[in-house]
Amino acid sequence: MSGMVERRASLDLLAHVVMVLAVLIVAFPLYLAFVASTHTAQDIVQAPMPLWPGDQLWANYSAALSGHGGGAGSNAPVGRMIWVSLVTALVITFGKISVSLLSAFALVYFRFPLRGLVFWSIFVTLMLPVEVRILPTYKVVADLNLLNSYAGLTVPLIASATATFLFRQFFLTVPEEMVEAARIDGAGPMRFFIDILVPLSRTSIAALFVIQFIYGWNQYLWPLLATTSEDMYPVVVGIKRMIAGGDSGNEWNIVMATAVLAMLPPAAVVVLMQRWFVKGLVDTEK
Amino acid sequence: MASISLVNVIKRYGRGAQANQVIHGVNAEIADGEFIVIVGPSGCGKSTLLRMVAGLEEVTAGQISIGGRVVNDVEPSDRDIAMVFQNYALYPHMSVYDNMAYGLKIARVPKAEIDERVQKAARILELQTFLQRTPRQLSGGQRQRVAMGRAIVRQPQAFLFDEPLSNLDAKLRAQTRLEIQKLHRELGVTSLFVTHDQVEAMTLAQRMIVMNAGRMEQIGTPEQVYGQPASTFVASFIGSPPMNLLPGQADGSRFACPGDSAPLVLPCAAPRAGALTLGVRPEHLEINPEGHWPLAVEAVEMLGAERLVHGQLGGVLCTLRIDATLPAPAVGQRLHLSAPPEHLHWFDAGSGLRVAA
Repeated sequence: MSGMVERRASLDLLAHVVMVLAVLIVAFPLYLAFVASTHTAQDIVQAPMPLWPGDQLWANYSAALSGHGGGAGSNAPVGRMIWVSLVTALVITFGKISVSLLSAFALVYFRFPLRGLVFWSIFVTLMLPVEVRILPTYKVVADLNLLNSYAGLTVPLIASATATFLFRQFFLTVPEEMVEAARIDGAGPMRFFIDILVPLSRTSIAALFVIQFIYGWNQYLWPLLATTSEDMYPVVVGIKRMIAGGDSGNEWNIVMATAVLAMLPPAAVVVLMQRWFVKGLVDTEK
Repeated sequence: MASISLVNVIKRYGRGAQANQVIHGVNAEIADGEFIVIVGPSGCGKSTLLRMVAGLEEVTAGQISIGGRVVNDVEPSDRDIAMVFQNYALYPHMSVYDNMAYGLKIARVPKAEIDERVQKAARILELQTFLQRTPRQLSGGQRQRVAMGRAIVRQPQAFLFDEPLSNLDAKLRAQTRLEIQKLHRELGVTSLFVTHDQVEAMTLAQRMIVMNAGRMEQIGTPEQVYGQPASTFVASFIGSPPMNLLPGQADGSRFACPGDSAPLVLPCAAPRAGALTLGVRPEHLEINPEGHWPLAVEAVEMLGAERLVHGQLGGVLCTLRIDATLPAPAVGQRLHLSAPPEHLHWFDAGSGLRVAA
């Protein structure tokens, strides 16, 4: 049996080495970004780049937040950009969840003409990435005068085949008898939806909240097209706009401070919702 | 409380040529406060029938009334009934209290009254200590009681039970059976109880409906159904082991079975000549040296208080039930049996219907 134990120990060691390596690979760039955000612009561009945090943390972050950087690119205040990102991500998340819940509810519990067709058209759009329809969507949003508005940033991203499909699959597992018990209790369709289906879906909702918040937060291509004015840049676009092309001097310290700030809200969402998120993915609470 | 009446109730799924009729005209009058058990093999339409009374299935044709009011087109919640489901169908995210109170809340019953009714039901069902728990924290038997509590608080005209004991283990089932009986005595609410279990049917029913393939084979008290089964189906479905059924040709007091050389000699004349099925329950067959019916023993089963003896009689495998204190017959032994004339049942060979002796 000692052979077993030895083999186990070496396997454990190997596993730990792999994990530590993986963590380093993921964490080192993040660390470097943080280090870069604590030095002056001149210090960073020196070779070798400093590997320990500097003393410019406060100066850089306040410059980023209020928009006083002196770079060649955009100097829009990051505070505003984070606000835009937050509103956008939250509207997309809540919009997606409520629209998907309702459409899944309709698909599962109501018989209406062309129900099968509706389901399949939703299902087929699962396979189409946003980029495929980005030009027609841009045309529609532009014609509706929604460029540079929250509506323009969010509405085209709210419809979600994935979430609808996920809720549909969940609703299909709710036992028929529960629907009937509610009918006998006198609960109408909306009552049943609000009192029973939504509470039962809460773990799925939580999991979707995390996924969709990050999805909304990390939107890049669409906001790049749909916004032209600095005060409507989400932070992800803002970072890009801060970096001027060519040889112009970029304030990398401010850019990195912005990047670190941009990471905080999604990280907070993941950390705070982690328990629910995992639960929503692994168990079907019925 | 109310009577329930079913008049020529028919259920068809689909339309036109593909229509699949599953209930073929059921008629029954259920008196106020009666406990009726609907029993039958799976797929016989018993649950469908119950669900039509509940309003969960549409009635294709015929009429269902509860308390004298035709309810064919009345929503389930407006029929003044309560239903207990096989899997209990409790709301998993609500406490026991809320599960019971939900229907009343929707019906806008005042809070104080809801509380009073829930507490009363909880007292009857001994659920007081569980009111704040969720169904997940309860055992199967407790969940079952919550489901009954949900029915009781509605104070309905009728209780509908859809195999509510099937998910319980044998011991709990027997105990819950007694509790349901007691509950019915206390509340006196008209009850329809669907089961495939004949023991449940026999023990709970004031009257039982035996169903087969969408038809009502017989309605009557457990004694009537057991003592005078209306058809060979009822005879073989109710009773364990089932009634021995011997097909043959009757001629006076002789009964010729196809598998046997010599006809059986009957203790009395058959009700008519021709093709009939003779039925006799295992406990009515007696070992009797003077008996005219020879049985070759093929197997003996010891059940504790009694023995089941299986063997060939009249070309079919028959069973007789004897007291365990009597000596056990040996396999291969030839027994002579007799049966008292009053315990012979006759059925038409074609239709399977009972022929009056």
